[in-house]
This record gives sequence, C-alpha cells and structure tokens, in this order.
Amino acid sequence: MALLELRSITKDFPGVRALDGVSFDLERREVHALCGENGAGKSTLIKILCGYYPSGTYGGEILLEGKPVHFRSLKEAEEHGIALIAQELALVPELSVAENLMLGREPVKGGLIQWDVVASEARRALDLVGLAVDPNRPVKELGIGQQQMVEIAKALAKSAAILVLDEPTAALTEADAQRLLAFLAELRGRGVSSIYISHRLEEVFQIADRITVLRDGRSIATHPAKEATLDRVISEMVGREVKNLYPRPDTTPGKPMLAVSGWSVEDPLNPGRFVLKDVAFDVHAGEILGIAGLMGAGRTALLSSIFGAARSPVRGTLQIEGGPPRGPLRSPAEAIASGLALVSEDRKRYGLVLEADVAENLTLATLRQFVKGLFLDHQARRRESRAQFQALRIKAPGLASLVNQLSGGNQQKVVLGKWLMARPRVLFLDEPTRGIDVGAKAEIYNLVAELARQGLAVVLVSSDLPELLGMSHRVLVLSQGRQTALLEGSAATPETVMAAATMKA
Amino acid sequence: MKRIPWRALTMVGALLVIWIVFSVMTSGTFLVPRNLSLLARQMAVTGILAIGMVLVIVAGQIDLSVGAQAGLLGGISAIVFVNHGWPLAAAFALALVLGAVLGSAQGWLVAHLGIPPFIVTLGGMLLFQGILLGVTGGVSISPAPSYLYVGQAYVLPRLGWVFAGVVAAGFLFQSFRASGGARWRWLGLAVLVVGFTAAMNAYEGIPVPVLLLVVLATAFSVLGHHTPFGRHLYAIGGNREAAFYSGINIQRHIVGVFTLMGVMSGAAGIVLTARVGSATSDAGRTMELDAIAAAVIGGTSLLGGQGTVWGALLGALVMASLDNGMSLLNTESYWQPIIKGTILVAAVAVDMAGRRRA
Repeated sequence: MALLELRSITKDFPGVRALDGVSFDLERREVHALCGENGAGKSTLIKILCGYYPSGTYGGEILLEGKPVHFRSLKEAEEHGIALIAQELALVPELSVAENLMLGREPVKGGLIQWDVVASEARRALDLVGLAVDPNRPVKELGIGQQQMVEIAKALAKSAAILVLDEPTAALTEADAQRLLAFLAELRGRGVSSIYISHRLEEVFQIADRITVLRDGRSIATHPAKEATLDRVISEMVGREVKNLYPRPDTTPGKPMLAVSGWSVEDPLNPGRFVLKDVAFDVHAGEILGIAGLMGAGRTALLSSIFGAARSPVRGTLQIEGGPPRGPLRSPAEAIASGLALVSEDRKRYGLVLEADVAENLTLATLRQFVKGLFLDHQARRRESRAQFQALRIKAPGLASLVNQLSGGNQQKVVLGKWLMARPRVLFLDEPTRGIDVGAKAEIYNLVAELARQGLAVVLVSSDLPELLGMSHRVLVLSQGRQTALLEGSAATPETVMAAATMKA
Repeated sequence: MKRIPWRALTMVGALLVIWIVFSVMTSGTFLVPRNLSLLARQMAVTGILAIGMVLVIVAGQIDLSVGAQAGLLGGISAIVFVNHGWPLAAAFALALVLGAVLGSAQGWLVAHLGIPPFIVTLGGMLLFQGILLGVTGGVSISPAPSYLYVGQAYVLPRLGWVFAGVVAAGFLFQSFRASGGARWRWLGLAVLVVGFTAAMNAYEGIPVPVLLLVVLATAFSVLGHHTPFGRHLYAIGGNREAAFYSGINIQRHIVGVFTLMGVMSGAAGIVLTARVGSATSDAGRTMELDAIAAAVIGGTSLLGGQGTVWGALLGALVMASLDNGMSLLNTESYWQPIIKGTILVAAVAVDMAGRRRA
C-alpha cells in the first residue's frame, strides 16, 4: 500500500479545467518527482494535497496510508505530516531563526512565550538538518541556501513525513543545490518521503526514484527514474520532440563591442573590500560570452556595475564599440544611451511593472522615442509594441493584458522585448531562464541565438551549467570576485568550469 | 557580535540636543520640575495613541481614524456621565468597549473585504468627526472633577516612591542576574525610573495620565514581544506570505490589532477629555498624524515588520518637547508644525543613511 495516493483529482477554475483526473502516488522512502511545463498543473496538484485548496473544492480523493483524508487548511495537512516548502521562501526576514522555526506554534505559558523552550526547540530543529547557525540571528543575515535549510528544519520539526518541495533549488547555486539533494537522499534513508518539483531536469534524474510527467492538467506517464531518459521526459512534457535544446549560433565573432579591463567594484557593505577585483574581458559582435561562478562570485555585480547600476565605487576602463577608453558608466540611462541592455535576474523586481499591461512594459525603456511634439504618439507606440509582441511570439490575449497574468516565460519575453526595442548592441542576460519551463526556455535560447546572428554581442550569466556551456562561445569563470579562467570552445566543460569556479582566488 | 542600535542612539541624541537647546534658550526654565511635569502630561494622549499605532503599523496597516475616534469616544463618555448620570466606571467602560467595536469593525472591513486600511480609516475619520459634531451639537461638555482625575491628578509623592522603588528594585535584580551589556542596560533603566520619579515628585508627583501611559506601554511592549499574537503581527508585517504559510490566521490578527487600537483610542479619548477639562466638538483632530509621526520618529517602519513601543514613546516625547519648548519661547504657533514636519523627515533620513552604512 502506498503511503500517499491521489486518485483522479479534478480541479476547475472559472473557465479552465486545471486538473483532469490526475492520479499520483508516493511510496515510503521515496523521492517522486513531478515534471511539467508551467501551467501543466503541478502547483495546483500540490496545493490540493497541502490543503491550500480545501476539501470540497476539487474532485477525486486523497488517501493517506489507505485512509481517505479531507484537508481544509495547510495546518490540517501539516498535522497529518505533509509539509510544503513553497517556491517563495516562507520566512520572515526580520525575525530570528528561532522565531521563524517556531512561528505559528510558539510555546506559551500564562499568555507569554517561553523563550527558553523556543531556544531549545530551535536548536533541536537545526540539529535535524545539521545547520550550525546562531538561532538568534535574523533570517535576513543568512544566505539563501541556509534559509532553505531553515525552511526544511521548520517542516521536519513539525514531524513531517512527506515533504513537498516546489522548485527548491531555483534560487540556489550549484553547490548549495547539490548539498540540498544530498540531504534529501539522507532524509529518504531516515524514512521521510518527498515530492520534488523542479525545472532542472538534471537534478530530477539525480534525486528521483520515480518521475511523473504532467501536461495540460493530465498525468502523461510515470517512470522509474532508472528507465527514463532526459529526452523522453522532455518530449512528454512539451508534447513534441525537442531536438536541440541549446542552439548555439555558428557565428564568427566580429569587431569588439565591449572591452572591460581592470574592473574592480567595492563591497557596498564592507568599504575597502572588493566584490570584484581586476576583471578583464571583451565580447565581440555575434558572440555569446558566458559568465560562470558560484553564488557570491560577483557575476551579477559585474553586469550591474558595467551597466552603471552599482551602489558602491567602481574602478576600471571600458571601451564601447572600439571607441576611446573611458571610465565606468555612471547610470543605467548612460548605459542604455551607449547601446547596453540588461535583463536582470529578478524580472518581477527589476524588470517589469507587474500591474501594467504588456504594451506599457514593452515601451518602458524607450518611451522618449514615441514623443511627438509635446505628447506621446500612442499609435506609433502600439504599432511598435505589436511588432515586438508578434516577433517574440508572446503568448497573451493582447497588448492590453496585465503582465502579472502572464506565465514566467512570457514575462521574460516581455523583458527581452523591452530591451530589444531600445536596439542595444550589447545585451546582458542575468539568469534569463530562471523559473521558466522547458518550452519557453527553448524559445528564449532560439531568440538569443538569432540576436547573436544579427550581430548583437551577448553576455550570459547562468547558474544552469548545461545551459551556459550549451549557449556560450567562450566562458569567463569568476571565483570570489576574481577571474580564474577564460575558457574557449571545447575547453569549457562542466569539469573545467567547476574547477575554476571553486578555485581559491 | 552585537550590532549598535543606531536608531535608538540617534533618537536619544536628538532628544538631548533638543532639550539642551531649549534649556539654554529659556535660561533653564525648560528643565524646572514644573515644566517637566507639564511636558510629561502633554505627551500622554499622543503617547497612548502612538503605542497602539506601533502595532498597527508593524502589522503593515495604518489607522488614520484614531484622532477622531479618541475625540468621539471621549465625547460620548463625557455625555453619558454628565447628561445621563452614568456612573464613572460605566462611562469609562463605554468608551473602551465602543472603541473595541469601532476598531474591530474597521479591522473587519480591512481583513475580510480587502479594502485598503488607508481608505477604511480615512472614511472612519470623517465619519467619527461628523458623529462627534452631531452628538455634542457643537457645545463643550465639562464633566465633574471625579472624571477629570485621570487627566489632571497626581500620584501622592510617597506612593510614587513606593512604585518607583519596587520597579527599580526589580531592574536592579535583573541587572544583578544579567551579564555584559544587558547588566548596564538594566542598571540604566533603574536609574531612569528613580530620576523620573524624583523629577516628578519635585513638583506635585507623577501625573496620573503619565502613570497610565507607562503602564499601557509596558503592557503593549510585553504583548508585542512576548505573546504569539504580538510576534505574529511582526511576522505578518515582515512577510505576509510566510506568516500565511506558517498557519497564522492573518485576518483574525488584523481585526485584533485594529480592535486593540480602538480600545487605546477610547483610553486616549478619556484622558484627553479629562486633561482638557471638557469634551469639544473638534477634539482629537490631527492627533492620528502626531501618533504616526511619533511611531515613525521612534523607529517604526511604514513597510511593516519593524518598530517598538518604547521607541514610539521616545518619539512622542520628542514631539511633545518641541511643542512645549516652542510655547515656552513664545514662538509663533505656525512654526510648530513646520519644525515637527522637518524633524519627522530628518529622523527617517538619518535612519536611512545609518542603514546604508551599517
């Protein structure tokens, strides 16, 4: 008898059937991965399992150890040992680690919290995951990887027997992700089962015992992981064959578009220390330059400082399109005027106005082009937006759709479109496919390849190593703010890149 | 690895500067016991509102209606006491219960209908102002001295020393048990209590409204830091999603914090009527802004999740000091809001600068 069984789950939203008779089961001591594109129904399914959508709002039944259960809230599911580790970390940054661990179930005596019990319980919970941090530190001072472990400790402390992990590694570095996967395997040994959702299929194959693929609200197939192949799972997810995931363009590099030398950026938190020191590279027309490195290596700082968005002093020399050497750009406005564009790593925070429509977002960086006399020429603005909208094949009802209603992949296309309208000559992409499904990823890769073919110089930062290696002509590796390698063509392999990324600078 | 509490230090520093400047400019009048006692009484009403406001803002909410609510509740309790012959206790209880009802109603609109708190309480403010004008008919109502006790009386100096002795002894005991920096903090608090009591007793004694303020602030500080309800308010303001996923009933907490704010408005209304000696048709106007300013000067973040009751009290003291000192100097009254507004923005600016550096 399976530990957990979901039988023909059906869930309707106004006008859409999100799940259509999905069945899924979980054995004891098993990691069962759930794969599918965005919108396939994975999130809806786990929200039903975890009580987010209360019993009665969906069809089908949930059996826990053979007995039907009806959860009306997250709390009830938790009481049955099912804990959700949500995609967005559910921690309060201002509160201490201990308080976060005990949030919602504080030990109380005479109406007051017993802080000594909080402290001892917190220590016990941290021991469960082997995390050695001071429980009195505010959570905001921990790294993302540590925060993730706090989150898991929180679930385990509530004696969870089933962990539901929704994209747990989306924000983690390769090293932190590996640590997490190893820990999940260890938990499996201790008798904790996991449902694992991730877009990173390499991880899925590494950790999962079985893989279930969802597409358009239906369960397509369930494979023992040993018998499945990456290509097969991908084709089941997208419902068609995906031949070449990484279409690296076959271009010969043209003239240098951007040359950076002696590039140093001070640490905004510790003046006198540097997040980047003496970095030098160039990127040519038609070339895709990859930048690899672990979290904190300075990849994002490199892009944003060149783009004039650094919050701390920057030193170094820039040459743009073979022009005379000059100092750092002082603002993003200056960078845009010089032909640079930056697609930032957090599109919701830095890239989009979520409450505005597609057309407005597309023309955010180029509004001044559409001024005629004193006023905006709305017709021209719509015309240009529509052209971009169609060229990028953004899937949305129209230009007037609000951006927050679009899927992650289409939001990312809007961000790209916004920059393409500025006709940049150098494009910086920082984690352009984070949290995006395989189908949309492929489209973005094709688009980037096409742009390079048209002569754009592209600088690509990515934590997804296969993506970085698959797309880049050359790879610059950073480690702790220093440049440790510049690998050309076939010299860039996962091994050489990781070796340079973990090199002591 | 103890971080330096920049905000608290700047605030205390700013207060000292303000006091020194006024002392010099008034040739010492600012610091005589009679004026310090007046200063303490002046901050009582704003202080009571501010300590409630801290929790509201910490939870990521705002309440613009508290001034009008305090005026209305103080007015109603005076009317039932004077015109309808209610016993004093019942008149006070009515203000507090009615405050709870009005507060929970506003909280319900925010939590369950999803109307932004700014809108709900802006509407509430206008509504309460109108009702107050209606029930008073524009006439001032002056209650008998027994009502005025809570606003104007003093604790007998000898009794004040007993209170102070007990509290200071408690602090000394904590200081004895603690180690390191905490030891000095407890010692400092004990000295503060003794110094405060000495200053107040050098005049008529600790004013009753000030004692009430200190008691309420203690209660709210404990509520905020040592009860699940209080910690959940910080969690909700700090990361609403995280609070939700931790099984916290957000709607209930929002209704709860507005209800508490309503009760505090009732208490502030009673003290206001008692201090002024009468309930007027425009009582409490703009006090919500003083309360919010006091909370913000005291380190409360309008983004939610950060703020302390004691900080708000310090903020209220800064505001009251400005009012008091400028009155002593016979400054034209238009200067008061100008200076207060400048200090408010400057306090936050200093804090932002400190945060960037830290």
